[in-house]
Amino acid sequence: MSGQRARFRRKQTLLRWVVLVVVFLFFVLPLLGMLDFTTQGPGGQGRTLATWRTLADVSTISVDYPALREGFLASVGLAVITPVVMLLLLVPTMTWVRLRLPGLSRTVEFICLLPLTVPAIVLVVGLTPVYAWVYYFLGSSTLTLALAYVILVLPYAYRSLDAGLRAIDVRTLSEAARSLGASWFTVMWRVILPNLRTAVLSASFLSVALVLGEFTIANLFSKKNLQVAMYELGKSDAKISVAVGLAALVFGFVVLFAMSFVGSARAGTSPFSRLRRRKEPSA
Amino acid sequence: MSATATAQGTPVQLTDLRRVYGGVAALDGLTLHLEPGELVALLGPSGCGKTTALRCLAGLEDPDSGTIEVGGRDVTRIPTNKRDMGMVFQAYSLFPHMTARQNVEFGLELRGRDRSARRARAAEMLDLVGLGKHADKYAHQMSGGQQQRVALARALAIEPQVLLLDEPLSALDAKVRTQLRDEIRRIQLEVGTTTLFVTHDQEEALAVADRVGVMSTGRLEQVAAPAELYTSPRTPFVADFVGLTNRLRARVEGGRAQVLGGSIPLLEGSATGPDVVVLVRPEGVTVAPAEGASAAGSASVVSASFLGGHGRVIARTTDDELVTVQVPNTDVTRYRPGDAVVLGPRGDAALAVSAD
Repeated sequence: MSGQRARFRRKQTLLRWVVLVVVFLFFVLPLLGMLDFTTQGPGGQGRTLATWRTLADVSTISVDYPALREGFLASVGLAVITPVVMLLLLVPTMTWVRLRLPGLSRTVEFICLLPLTVPAIVLVVGLTPVYAWVYYFLGSSTLTLALAYVILVLPYAYRSLDAGLRAIDVRTLSEAARSLGASWFTVMWRVILPNLRTAVLSASFLSVALVLGEFTIANLFSKKNLQVAMYELGKSDAKISVAVGLAALVFGFVVLFAMSFVGSARAGTSPFSRLRRRKEPSA
Repeated sequence: MSATATAQGTPVQLTDLRRVYGGVAALDGLTLHLEPGELVALLGPSGCGKTTALRCLAGLEDPDSGTIEVGGRDVTRIPTNKRDMGMVFQAYSLFPHMTARQNVEFGLELRGRDRSARRARAAEMLDLVGLGKHADKYAHQMSGGQQQRVALARALAIEPQVLLLDEPLSALDAKVRTQLRDEIRRIQLEVGTTTLFVTHDQEEALAVADRVGVMSTGRLEQVAAPAELYTSPRTPFVADFVGLTNRLRARVEGGRAQVLGGSIPLLEGSATGPDVVVLVRPEGVTVAPAEGASAAGSASVVSASFLGGHGRVIARTTDDELVTVQVPNTDVTRYRPGDAVVLGPRGDAALAVSAD
């Protein structure tokens, strides 16, 4: 019996490793391919870091590839604005619906999940007349894409925040804070948000990841974000375009990792804080 | 518990409060007065409106009509955060991201107290509830009883005009519940804050309150001191809801009820007419082994149970009525199912209701 169990455990372990290796290869092979392409010498002979040197030379790349600089800055701006607007819109709305209008929760959920079912091209067609007004009031900066991106991230952000709100007793906590003299703003800022930290971070990750990878809407609106700039660059200089793509992936990974690290460090669950706790003498 | 509340608190007056949810009246003209420093318990079954009354007083619900006055000031339309009331909830309500100390300091911080004053007050309050050594613990590091104590400390730290307790013990196990309820009473007497305590547990209400208000379908059936409520219920609902009650057919003669071969006086408000049903407590009935021929009050034992501090005998009369009798725990072994016994009234006054 114990022999059977041991065999089963060995099989399980093997299966786990197989899955891990397949997933690793699936994600890493294309990246290795990109790295290989960007380091090939002239005529495919030898290895050179010339492309990466060009990319690392900020002053040169700003002059030689101005679109890339413009797209990068726009994407960074959008990656900041989109999660902020999304959180300002969703957190108070969802909290209020949970507290005061529970009958509306299905409707809000439906509205938030709707963008999943709408293809980007349809969204752009629908948003075009709206953007006529947006351009009129806010100008035609690429950063106005944040409004469309907020709609795009709604389904993912809603799911994260909804899970966070379900995990705490919002009603009791807010009523307790109110009875102690807190205004609604204080309730949100001091009581609800700190307890939604994981959900807020998760919603923000998804928003940033989506914004850093978005191409269709920006392209259809003729706006230049990083993806559009890369696409255009690819037509004239494939190597630098692929190098930027790889660098953007690494950048996105670093941003998400940093956000996760900051969030977990504040919650006291980061590897460093765990290490620190281990070193501290026990109380 | 018969301690007397100190008169440091604030009077509270609820007048003709009405609150309707989807056609059902949760509060139907509730009027209640709380003396300064008094602890009043609202008792009743689920859905009777007791929590709605407390939430209206806290400002968490708006009454459809009626007024709420605290210290002579009309607060009916004042928002919760301006009412200056401390509240302990049925659900655990400590802010999970704060330590016990930070929780207690929260209300003080909102009132602009400086850090050292906050610290001192929080320490004082945590000591008051016996958790001075747990100040740096988070909610998930404390037991349910400890969390409710911190919640009490947090509510009292702001020196509220009124303390509101919304079934604060219902999530706790029986032993902790009893300990904490006595502690709540001790602390309430110490600080002298006018307190409204909502519970569905009659023992809890009778044990801690200066007065108990029994509610049914949005109305107050009776408000009285615990002993008076128990011995002199004014309505059949109160008699039934508070304690165990035998419903026994009786005849009224000369203002007294003839029941179980004896005669008992009737309480004010009793039904008149020859045939009535009297509501008699188990301790208002005597039982003894039958000796000789059957007589009035004859019955046979159905069951006899040992309940710790006392015993209980259930007997069936010759009129096919089941009668519950409270007996000393040492007497339980004298009775076995099927034994012939004689029942009789002890003589305490009882409420009579119509036999229809």
